[in-house]
Amino acid sequence: MTFVRESWIVFRRQLRMNLRNPAWVIIGMLQPVLYLLLFGPLLEPLISQFGATNAYTFFVPGMLVQLGIFGAFFAGFSLIGEWREGVIEAERVTPASRTALLVGRLVRDELQLLVQALILVGLGYLLGMRASVPGLVLGTALTLLVGGACAAASNALALTTKSEDVMAPVINMVMMPVLLLSGILLPMTIGPKWLQTASDFMPFRHVVDGVRSSFAGDFAANGLLWGGIWALVMFALAIWWGTATFRRENA
Amino acid sequence: MIHARGLVQTFTTRQGREKSEVRAVDGVDLDVAEGEVVGFVGPNGAGKTTTLRMLTTLLRPTSGSARVAGYDVVTHSVDVRRRIGYVSQAGGAFSQARAGDEVVDHGMLYGLSRKVVEERGKHLFEQMQLDGLWTRMPKTMSGGQKRRLDIVMGLIHEPTLMFLDEPTTGLDPQARANLWEHIRGLRDRLGTTVFLTTHYLDEADTLSDRIVIIDQGRIVASDTSENLKTQVAGDLVDLELSDAAHVHDTARRLEAITEGRDSQVTIEGTHVRGRVPRAGRAVPGLLRDLDRAGLTLDSVEIHRPTLDDVFLTLTGRSLRDAETTARTGDGTDAPLPTAADAAGSGLTPGVPPASAADAPQGALR
Repeated sequence: MTFVRESWIVFRRQLRMNLRNPAWVIIGMLQPVLYLLLFGPLLEPLISQFGATNAYTFFVPGMLVQLGIFGAFFAGFSLIGEWREGVIEAERVTPASRTALLVGRLVRDELQLLVQALILVGLGYLLGMRASVPGLVLGTALTLLVGGACAAASNALALTTKSEDVMAPVINMVMMPVLLLSGILLPMTIGPKWLQTASDFMPFRHVVDGVRSSFAGDFAANGLLWGGIWALVMFALAIWWGTATFRRENA
Repeated sequence: MIHARGLVQTFTTRQGREKSEVRAVDGVDLDVAEGEVVGFVGPNGAGKTTTLRMLTTLLRPTSGSARVAGYDVVTHSVDVRRRIGYVSQAGGAFSQARAGDEVVDHGMLYGLSRKVVEERGKHLFEQMQLDGLWTRMPKTMSGGQKRRLDIVMGLIHEPTLMFLDEPTTGLDPQARANLWEHIRGLRDRLGTTVFLTTHYLDEADTLSDRIVIIDQGRIVASDTSENLKTQVAGDLVDLELSDAAHVHDTARRLEAITEGRDSQVTIEGTHVRGRVPRAGRAVPGLLRDLDRAGLTLDSVEIHRPTLDDVFLTLTGRSLRDAETTARTGDGTDAPLPTAADAAGSGLTPGVPPASAADAPQGALR
């Protein structure tokens, strides 16, 4: 009960600051919308070659996961600013649970992601995407899991490096292979064999496949199962890492 | 209130490929009684903040133990946290949030209700001369206001023990003097025990009942400012002779009243200088003695020692030098001394004040 209350206090504070300075939220939001509007139409004539029928039912899931990954990766930057101003230290000197200090922030990130996901899905519908409600719910849930994992990892990275200058290149380095190997823009199945094999080792690819299967209403698909498993595994690992960082002395 | 034995903190640092272990705090014993105001003094890099972080449960001691506010910092860290306030060098309020919101959230993390925190917070704002700033963002506040806001945050759960880490670093002289008033008020009005670190000697001198000096991770002295000055350093007696031929004779006589201490009597032109414990008692006799011997003086000056003299006697280095070494030694985040530092600390080793009237005799405690 105390834990929920403490997480809530941290969450409310974070949300208030986000609302006061929504630049990051808007920038994070704008990117997938631009992809949807400016890249989506290019897929329409090609979609039959991917073995799919609706370009947006194919494309929106990829954009969702991209949003979940990349939006959340930047969550840690605001933490560095707070750390520099002594906020983290001041919070750590209170009796509040260290896990609550992380969880409150993660809930903020998840809420932000949920709002962005709803906007994206709504826009997709307007552009012609078709998906069942259970498929949407399941797909969004997977997105939230993977987003939570990335946000927790980003927070952990932020408290470990304590420097935007170190963090920015690290995130860039991680982001490129993730974007290229997870089939967010184009399906990996149209690539050569070696590229497909390489992408098998990219956990996010399975999550993208899972969200796609779920949007397509294909609940029996292998992709959904593996996507779910990978999302859960990444979520659990990242939460563990994040909590360990907040607990650690000297963070 | 604080009872620490053998606190040690080692860090591993890496220089190129070589790993080396640095003992930032090297066996600190510390006792602070309830209601005391203790100044924890030492050059940057001496281990002040590291010690403080161990006492405030933010850093687990490598070895040794500490009981703070009645509880062990390692095994009962949450109980310690409930009872202590800590104002770090960085502060604690986010510059782009509203001051009042930050105070309320901070207090609520202690389990207090919103109503209680708001009442207390607004009351503390008045006491700390922050009235009308409840909805202001710290980034628009002056340095002094921001520090007072940090102290309000540290006080919101009514701690019995308050830790202040370099509370006035970077403030202008007026803001410092004002903050000193408020820090005194913590004990006088609220009965809070105060443990503050500083590398400004005048600050420790003005605020503390007792001064604990740390150097290179070890406590080198712990006593009242008065005792440290009298016993450790002694007063500086500066005799100016009208005839330079008499300096050696005079130096011998000055040596005789230094009570066998290593007085380091020096001769420079017509000046003879040396350190004498309780010079006020010993010098009249010396003057009569000199008079009888026909050694005439042009002037006599007695300077009360500064805490820097104490530091110099204890460690063989002036606090300033120690700071320079610390800074070039490890390049830590030590802030450069500000103009306020130089103006306020009255720290002028080797350059005695122009006249006896300048000696801070009356200003001492």
